[in-house]
Amino acid sequence: MADIQELKRIASQVRRDIIRQVYLSQSGHPGGGLGNADLLVALYFEVMKHDPSFNMEAKDEDVFFLSNGHISPVFYSVLARAGYFPAEELKTFRAIDSRLQGHPTTHEGLPGIRVASGSLGQGVSVAIGMALSKKMNGDDRTVFVLTGDGEQQEGQIWEAALFAPHNKVDNLVLIIDDNGQQIDGPTQEVLELGSFADKYKAFGWDIMRMNGNDMEETVKVLKEAAAKRNGKPTCIVMDTEMGMGVDFMVGTHHWHGKAPDKEQAINALGQLEETLGDFPAEGV
Amino acid sequence: MLSLDKLQSTGKKATRDGFGAGLKAAGDKHDNVVMLTADLRGSMKSEDFINTYPDRFIQVGISEANMMGIAAGLATGGKIPVTTTFANFSTGRVYDQIRQSIAYSDKNVKICASHAGLTLGEDGATHQILEDIGMMRMLPGMTVINPCDYNQTKAAVQAIVEHHGPVYLRFGRPGWPVFIPEDTKFEIGKALPLSEGTDVTIFATGHLVWKAIEAARQLEKEGISVDLINIHTIKPLDEEAVIASAKKTGAVVTCEEHNKYGGLGSAIAECLSKHQPTPQEYVATDDTFGESGTADELLAKYGLDTPDVVAAAKRAIKRK
Repeated sequence: MADIQELKRIASQVRRDIIRQVYLSQSGHPGGGLGNADLLVALYFEVMKHDPSFNMEAKDEDVFFLSNGHISPVFYSVLARAGYFPAEELKTFRAIDSRLQGHPTTHEGLPGIRVASGSLGQGVSVAIGMALSKKMNGDDRTVFVLTGDGEQQEGQIWEAALFAPHNKVDNLVLIIDDNGQQIDGPTQEVLELGSFADKYKAFGWDIMRMNGNDMEETVKVLKEAAAKRNGKPTCIVMDTEMGMGVDFMVGTHHWHGKAPDKEQAINALGQLEETLGDFPAEGV
Repeated sequence: MLSLDKLQSTGKKATRDGFGAGLKAAGDKHDNVVMLTADLRGSMKSEDFINTYPDRFIQVGISEANMMGIAAGLATGGKIPVTTTFANFSTGRVYDQIRQSIAYSDKNVKICASHAGLTLGEDGATHQILEDIGMMRMLPGMTVINPCDYNQTKAAVQAIVEHHGPVYLRFGRPGWPVFIPEDTKFEIGKALPLSEGTDVTIFATGHLVWKAIEAARQLEKEGISVDLINIHTIKPLDEEAVIASAKKTGAVVTCEEHNKYGGLGSAIAECLSKHQPTPQEYVATDDTFGESGTADELLAKYGLDTPDVVAAAKRAIKRK
């Protein structure tokens, strides 16, 4: 049984890590990561079977792919806090000679990353390939992939959406972060996406919903999705608030791709409890 | 050592048939080889593999971007995915998917592309890609191979499956002379000398190797001694062989079924301008799109035929 309070404490530290990484590099995307901190903590600290000593092929492990690579600070923080690499390394985010590139990559050999992402719309296809390799290998673990909602405007997404049900890729869980925001504004203004549930249902997926900022519900729904093997892939339409946890960043696209100044960073960190110890860094 | 005498056509077979035969052989040897196609299994001549290993065949439908991503995922899980479709849809249509999910992510994916160049014929310019070698050659870490006949294509498929890393393998549609002896070893990145000579070097890749052989026979009759070298691997280029031959002959011709920009000619020029500056003439398309017609008509019209190679060799020699 999950210790929800402990997961929430980890998520608070992850949110601090996001703010501090983006503040230190004075670049990056804090908003989406803050909204997805609970999801990634639930996956890596409760739901997934995974090994931080990191093996690319992930035999007999659950696997997570981040398709919307720009929310890399949350991914880096969760991987570090889960033991994939030292948390001290978070201070190198987006710096020269770092393994923590602006968008995640395998190229610098950072443990926990299995494919580059950043150019949007590619991760679902990659996750399908990984899920198929598991089926071929008789490995019954689950493959999770997260996309943004704006990212669903990419055409390749819908190629993948057709493929997975037709080929009964039922060890695949797609999570759509339905926060309603993209970098140029609300999704309904930029390019209306309509109902993800209706669209994916029509394509032949099983639909689940969850509040991705409710840790208890997130853990419960993810576990249920991971256990399902009924011939259909699963799409979880996840409600989150972009910027969750920091009052002046919540619910707006303004912090999609912008770094806080020192005063804003201190304000934000004042709202987030330090629970696991900040990674050491100068200035904040 | 091969020579012009030994390089006789034993009949016509398509390089894509060589791909199918090579894939079956590679699949027999390696049980992690998985074939993907985007609604072109018939054109890829791979029924033998598909019927023998139906569980290792994935029909993706007409969605090449998705195919490249799935291949990257399969490679992550330890498979050796072989993507198959026409060369245009294997490269230009999916450049960013290859760039991010395969090349930058260092995935062991084999991109196998048929119907490259003008010789696909009647379908016309929408399908006749002449820029693919250039695009793939620019990607860091990508190996680029353009085999010249059935036997070499069959051998190349087996070699790329045993090579770790992303590969672009480009071949074609039409029946074409088979002339490389079956027992010729295929080494990735190693030039294959076809005939030794001293007056001019002809570097050729793909279908145009046969045209270069015909041209060399004619040149030899006229008393011109040709160093004929098959560059099947355009990247990594066998610089040592290229430099040594250019040094020996002092005049170079490059032959390819590709635009003059970005392909074999460019690769040779980049190498020689740095190490052994040498007059060079290009047998390649002249920065143009193709059109409908038969393979033979197109090669003649666009300057990729035997007389064009002969003329280019004489021009190169004059510039010494």
